Amino acid sequence: MLDIQNLHAGVGDNEILKGITLHVNAGEVHAVMGPNGSGKSTLAQVLAGNPAYQVTAGTVTYDGHDLLAMPPEERAQAGVFMAFQYPVEIPGVSNAYFLRSAYNEIRKSKGLPEMDPMEFLDIMEETLALVDMDPAMLNRSVNTGFSGGEKKRNEILQMAVLRPRLAILDETDSGLDIDALRIVADGVNKLRRPDNATIVVTHYQRLLNHIVPDFVHVLANGRIVKSGGKELALELEEKGYDWLAEPQEALA
Amino acid sequence: MSSSIETLVNREYKFGFVTDIEADTIPRGLTEETVRLIAAKKNEPEWLLDWRLKALRRWTTMSEPHWSNVHYDPIDYQDQVYYSAPRTKKPLGSLDEVDPKLLETYAKLGIPLTEQKVLAGVAVDAVFDSVSVGTTYREQLAKMGIIFCSLGEAVREHPDLVRKYLGSVVPYSDNFFAALNSAVFSDGSFVYVPPGVRCPIELSTYFRINAANTGQFERTLIIADEGAYVSYLEGCTAPKRSTHQLHAAVVELVALENATVKYSTVQNWYAGDEQGQGGIFNFVTKRGKCAGANAKISWTQVETGSAITWKYPSVILQGDNSVGEFYSVAVVNHHQQADTGTKMLHLGRNTRSNIVSKGISAGHGNNSYRGRVYVGPKADGARNYTQCDSMLIGNGCGAHTFPYIEVLNDTAQVEHEASTSKIGEDQIFYLQQRGISKENAVSMIVAGFCKDVFKELPMEFALEAQQLLGITLEGSVG
Repeated sequence: MLDIQNLHAGVGDNEILKGITLHVNAGEVHAVMGPNGSGKSTLAQVLAGNPAYQVTAGTVTYDGHDLLAMPPEERAQAGVFMAFQYPVEIPGVSNAYFLRSAYNEIRKSKGLPEMDPMEFLDIMEETLALVDMDPAMLNRSVNTGFSGGEKKRNEILQMAVLRPRLAILDETDSGLDIDALRIVADGVNKLRRPDNATIVVTHYQRLLNHIVPDFVHVLANGRIVKSGGKELALELEEKGYDWLAEPQEALA
Repeated sequence: MSSSIETLVNREYKFGFVTDIEADTIPRGLTEETVRLIAAKKNEPEWLLDWRLKALRRWTTMSEPHWSNVHYDPIDYQDQVYYSAPRTKKPLGSLDEVDPKLLETYAKLGIPLTEQKVLAGVAVDAVFDSVSVGTTYREQLAKMGIIFCSLGEAVREHPDLVRKYLGSVVPYSDNFFAALNSAVFSDGSFVYVPPGVRCPIELSTYFRINAANTGQFERTLIIADEGAYVSYLEGCTAPKRSTHQLHAAVVELVALENATVKYSTVQNWYAGDEQGQGGIFNFVTKRGKCAGANAKISWTQVETGSAITWKYPSVILQGDNSVGEFYSVAVVNHHQQADTGTKMLHLGRNTRSNIVSKGISAGHGNNSYRGRVYVGPKADGARNYTQCDSMLIGNGCGAHTFPYIEVLNDTAQVEHEASTSKIGEDQIFYLQQRGISKENAVSMIVAGFCKDVFKELPMEFALEAQQLLGITLEGSVG
């Protein structure tokens, strides 16, 4: 489904990703771990198409298409979803309107008719239960005045509504207490299907107790320094990241 | 802000066409002769001519105000045409007799004038250059005692009402542009709603400037008698021309005891091109008077057009417990300049006013909010709340706020809140990541920013305003 080859990217002259190669098949969950500054979030942002990052080399193929040539909205319409580490506030735009607009944009791109507000409300009722959210939040402005936990749950709600093929969770666990973490993880697990894939970007192992990955990759200084099964995450929990970092870079 | 928020709008102004129609146009220049000629063309009574001449004499002693935060080359008032009308062979008996070319013009603008096609629930008066070309639904309204016609007709048919109220809120001596308008005003709309009557439909005037080098000086007078209610909409467009055109209108609203007047504007005059060539100079005096107790006047405006906007819809809160409201969205792009706001003058007891101003600046546009809140010595318990928010799109634009607050009564409460924000790349990217295009993302963010104002607009207008905003800002993010 997703094939990343020798991806280099950064901001301005600062190269952050220094040759990432990663292959993700449908039905798989990949965890990308690593210390702060290793490039985990950059990888997520580049896959989602954030224009603040420039790709300098490499290719990313998604379902046979050149992902890097697609503007962010086309990637989203093709099923790439990123749950943001820092969800953005959009004052004055109701969550319901925003969700329905996004939902309809994706339907339109597939040649499907738009859904009217009443039909959409039915979908929302089912979906809200999945992330244990109060329907009242549909009438609040997007993320405006939401607590950290509400923002993260709102991301998973959007993911549940939009049903992506490839979901990228960027540090979704940061700032969550254990109950919120479980709700978010349950939501993600319920959405796992054989035809979709998930990339979980995280600093800590604890999220992976709830969302069990098929593969774990450790990023250090812009490269994948180790890949393995779910047991690698436990090893990292125990030993930390230092033992994996290349000596000269550990000094830097 | 990164480079992707720097490119400017490049969208054609879709109302920029010119109607080729034979016009009765008087020579350029402004003297007593010009004023007499206009009055003669309109067969006006002596008292009105006298009033015009007094205004002209006063105007010649005044100078153009330059305190606003707008910059333009001097206007040669002797190089303007002060009257132009589509030539008709005989007076119009009904809408069926309106020149088909004019009907076509309004159809192109989306304003059908033939009654069977008129938008359900909106009565329209159409003003083309200097004259009103047709008013719809008037017979049905007349049955309720509501008068809705051109000001010219009102002068002939309801002279007592016009004489009583014309200039009662904006005297001819009020300011330079009001004096100019009083001297040369050509036409406009007149509304009178009798005591206790609630006008069942939205009344609307559509102003169109067509002729070149011609100013438009219309005057609108709306009176809601005791306990009456009326909601009025105003729309405006003009052709694209490379020279600036002058628009100096006056609007007077009178709300007597327990009456309510709601006045909404979507202003879409031609704004000039990307380099700032052409466009309308919009110098407008709009003021309402809550003359009786419990009266209410509400202004809602969406200003997207004009090269220059100089406009402060105001309310004189004379009656006890009267209420004044001002809801405004002003958008500037390219080289547009807007200096707009309101004045709330609290004279009566327990008078309240609410001001919500949303300024959006893109391109090299410059947007200023200028507001005055005055609480007089007798206005016990007066309250004002002002909220003034600015949004910047890109790095070449400006937003300014000039609040003037004068309180002469220590029981008054006056609040002013202001904020400035930049439309964020992160907001746009967030929406794009959910499948929404960049253009739609900007529209959505801006509409969210303006929500408090849009919700005050009548349904028919709210959608139009939102679309207009999208068009005005289209391409303002790269």
